[in-house]
Amino acid sequence: MTTWMAEKSKHYGLIIAIHLLVVLIWYLFVEIWDVPAYVMPTPQATLAALTVDYNWLANTKVTAIEIFGGYFIAVFVGVGLALLFSWFRLLNTTLMPLVVSLNMIPKVAMGPLFIVWMSYGVIPNIIIAFSICFLPILLTTDRGLKEIEPDLVDLVRALKASRWQIFTKIQLPGSLPYIFSGMKVAVVLAVAGAIVGEFIASQEGLGYLMLQVQVTLDTAAMFMAVLLITLVGVALYLLVLALEHVFVIRDSRVQ
Amino acid sequence: MSEAFIKLDAVRKVYQARDEEIVAVSDVTMDIEQGEFVSLVGPSGCGKTTLLKILAGLHQQDGGTVSIGGGGVSFDPSRDVGMVFQAALLLKWRKIIDNVLLPAEILGLPMGEARERARDLLAMVGLDGFEEKYPYELSGGMQQRAAIARSLVHDPKLILMDEPFGALDALTRDKMNLELMRIWRESRKTIVFVTHSIPEAIFLGTRVAVLTARPARMADNFRVDLKMPRKLEVKTSGKFGRYALRIYRLLGLE
Repeated sequence: MTTWMAEKSKHYGLIIAIHLLVVLIWYLFVEIWDVPAYVMPTPQATLAALTVDYNWLANTKVTAIEIFGGYFIAVFVGVGLALLFSWFRLLNTTLMPLVVSLNMIPKVAMGPLFIVWMSYGVIPNIIIAFSICFLPILLTTDRGLKEIEPDLVDLVRALKASRWQIFTKIQLPGSLPYIFSGMKVAVVLAVAGAIVGEFIASQEGLGYLMLQVQVTLDTAAMFMAVLLITLVGVALYLLVLALEHVFVIRDSRVQ
Repeated sequence: MSEAFIKLDAVRKVYQARDEEIVAVSDVTMDIEQGEFVSLVGPSGCGKTTLLKILAGLHQQDGGTVSIGGGGVSFDPSRDVGMVFQAALLLKWRKIIDNVLLPAEILGLPMGEARERARDLLAMVGLDGFEEKYPYELSGGMQQRAAIARSLVHDPKLILMDEPFGALDALTRDKMNLELMRIWRESRKTIVFVTHSIPEAIFLGTRVAVLTARPARMADNFRVDLKMPRKLEVKTSGKFGRYALRIYRLLGLE
């Protein structure tokens, strides 16, 4: 085994070990203090909840669609708006303050209104997830575009580069490190947004399931639901990391 | 009658700041022949960079005329300008070769030929073997060499350089001066070179234009009669000293 592979496996081994350690502490905590199952189930009991027919797969799928959908719409809208703001100064001076103040409206409080306007289902939840997570992407992209050296833009403008060429060859790749840092922050917001939507009104999804099993005090199933929500979030985060790894060279990553 | 490649006649540029006008450039009258190396020297705020941007077609002058393309040399303002700045401004996500190719991509030149040319240029600026490296793997001087190669890749007729060696240490700077002298002689381009350094201006220039800050105007413009190719020892010659003194006087530094 090469030293590089040894390094890597050591790295991932450590990550897995620290997670298993938390599970172990959880287990010991429940066992030693004899915590009742309706307060906190053991890890085994939580896992066993999967055998109960709660439509786990379908519910997880719905929640994942809401999170990923809202998230990727937010990426496109956030980057797109930032670009438009950089192209049209008037748009920037008029709309940017509006976007920022609109963002101060607590989206969680808007939830019931979304339901009134659009009934309930996957779409309003996607919109809640989107609205809650798009601002950091807009702000970091805006910042990234401003970090581009004006001389660099002059250099290609002297060659009569089109706006699109300047965007694709200089502005977009140049602000990618910033876009990705905003995208990482946005992941956790998208997850929160989708679940809040499901809490307010829905007929499917892991958030909906949690409310259902709460009535019967099936805490193990609630734990499992939280665990699955977390896993969906982690999957999205890893996807973003992988994309960053592909598109942003090591030296320019914002740590 | 022979006509110059670049003719500047009473070029003037004014910036509006609050309620006063700031004259950035005035009285710039100068002929530049094809293949000349013109140094623009002067203190900060003397409008050197503004003048360069006017030549690049990025700014419009407020008065006077600028004509490029003459003396039997055509000039296409959209593809015949190459630029080098104080910062190398390489795209850090691109390999060196792909950085050099940027102007060719913008202009939509055939990439196969351009790639070959980029390789030759990298060899010419002494970056043979660094094609596949990323900018962060190169020193400041090497990055600036790559930037010079980039300014040449689309075979422009006019290269505009804005203090390209201003950020380098003194020794690297001397070395780069020698390299640029060689590159200019090999490529036979017309170069307009902005600098703060009086010795650098004289050493490189076939012509030196002196710009003063207050008032912002062109104070002098003379041919440098020193034999080519120049070596560093020319800096110790009496003639070189007299040129330097002439510029120091104009800038009030005597």
